Amino acid sequence: MASCSRSHVISLYRMLMKESKKFPSYNFRTYALRRVKHGFRENQHVDNPRTLDMLLGQARESLALIKRQFTQGRAVLSAPIKSSMMALLSCQ
Amino acid sequence: MFGKTVIRSIWGSRSAAACYRRKYTESAVSAAHRQKEIIKSRYIEKDELRPLYMDFQATTPMDPRVLDAMLPYQVNYYGNPHSRTHAYGWESERAMEKARKQVADLIGADPREIVFTSGATESNNMSLKGVARFYRSKKKHIITTQIEHKCVLDSCRILEAEGFNITYLPVQSNGLIDLKQLEETIQPDTSLVSVMTVNNEIGVKQPVKEIGEICRSRSVFFHTDAAQAVGKIPINVTDWKIDLMSISGHKIYGPKGVGALYVRRRPRVRLEPIQSGGGQERGLRSGTVPTPLAVGLGAACEIAQQEMQYDHSRVSMLAKRLLQKIMSELPDVVVNGDPDQRYPGCINLSFAYVEGESLLMALKDVALSSGSACTSASLEPSYVLRAIGTDEDLAHSSIRFGIGRFTTEEEVDYTAEKCIRQVKRLREMSPLWEMVQEGIDLKSIKWTQH
Repeated sequence: MASCSRSHVISLYRMLMKESKKFPSYNFRTYALRRVKHGFRENQHVDNPRTLDMLLGQARESLALIKRQFTQGRAVLSAPIKSSMMALLSCQ
Repeated sequence: MFGKTVIRSIWGSRSAAACYRRKYTESAVSAAHRQKEIIKSRYIEKDELRPLYMDFQATTPMDPRVLDAMLPYQVNYYGNPHSRTHAYGWESERAMEKARKQVADLIGADPREIVFTSGATESNNMSLKGVARFYRSKKKHIITTQIEHKCVLDSCRILEAEGFNITYLPVQSNGLIDLKQLEETIQPDTSLVSVMTVNNEIGVKQPVKEIGEICRSRSVFFHTDAAQAVGKIPINVTDWKIDLMSISGHKIYGPKGVGALYVRRRPRVRLEPIQSGGGQERGLRSGTVPTPLAVGLGAACEIAQQEMQYDHSRVSMLAKRLLQKIMSELPDVVVNGDPDQRYPGCINLSFAYVEGESLLMALKDVALSSGSACTSASLEPSYVLRAIGTDEDLAHSSIRFGIGRFTTEEEVDYTAEKCIRQVKRLREMSPLWEMVQEGIDLKSIKWTQH
């Protein structure tokens, strides 16, 4: 199935990582990046097309969710937040 | 406070730190002032960076997925779920029922057994006062433990004033209750046993399954405050024979201001409602159910169920990392609570020969709390630590580290290193530490008054 092709999965992964980097909050940002990586790595050997479809659907929903959080690089409906010192220390 | 310090010095202090404290405080007034000065709340300055958050037992940030689920119900679908006559009401009710199912699925219950409340405090109040008062004519005895949350202990106090008979079970030094003692304490007129699943201060996990067995065999209702346990460890109310359970929204990455109460239907648990009104929530808790908050709670529960394994293994790994780092570099550190029967994300450490408040002040760029977080701003150590038999001086120097879903390895490493450095520094300054290094046994010293 075209939607389950390797390049499609990889592009979905890349888009998720790109969007996750936009979280202004250090904790959410690191969580999103870590969780996405874990989710894709955990399921890399799944063969069953139905499971694959479901997982990719979930990935697409997560992508839409993360995209919804931001308007022009800041979390929706919230004023700019003060950055956490951890962000500075770890340069993430 | 003044009276107590004088008496203690007259009779000879039991522990060194008490005398250390007496030198530290001159009088009651300055003591109170000092407490206010020590950790004065102040707002973060304009360009200052925010501290890193290690207090997940106090509250948790809301998961972005939960916020995403809640927003439509805050903005667009704002109907009252109890309105029967139009689409706004129907769609709101549908969301509320979906949330109810999500909460029920997490704990293995039926959706009809879930009542939405304003939080675990309200759920605890409802369970204790409701069950006690309903069965008042036949049963007047209630059993609870000494390490329960303040709301449970306070409700019991009110019930005592109403004429009930309450037994506060002591806990062993590892924080767990003695099951034999519980069995012996149950009387024919006991209506309720209330034991929390995971303690919020020391993180111990009580043997809830065994307690459920005992209570079911003696036909006594079993209530558990599972605010810190829901969504973190697998819970099944049927396996564990729980009759009532309190759930808190803001401890599982959900919104603040909402919680739930599980009330068993088979065998039926009857409650006398505290809040009267239009009969919503099976008549047990009248009032409009806040749909956005309920939806948030439901989403949080569903996410918790999906992420439970990943979160648990990650939190355990981080906790082990923190403990290993601290214990390998610092001697004389005590972990309060049982080392095995615990939730790994709540670590309560006592650093000997270091004062708790000064350590917290020194760690001011990490958001932590001391053992006496939930109690008022008094200089008394936490009642939980006292109940597990911690020495006064160790109780005063305890810090609670909370690890959660969003904690990173860097935060844990930073906290551990900072903690080690500050404890070493404070110990250098401490006269007691000097004495211990010279080999003097502090307990053998006779402190004199001058």
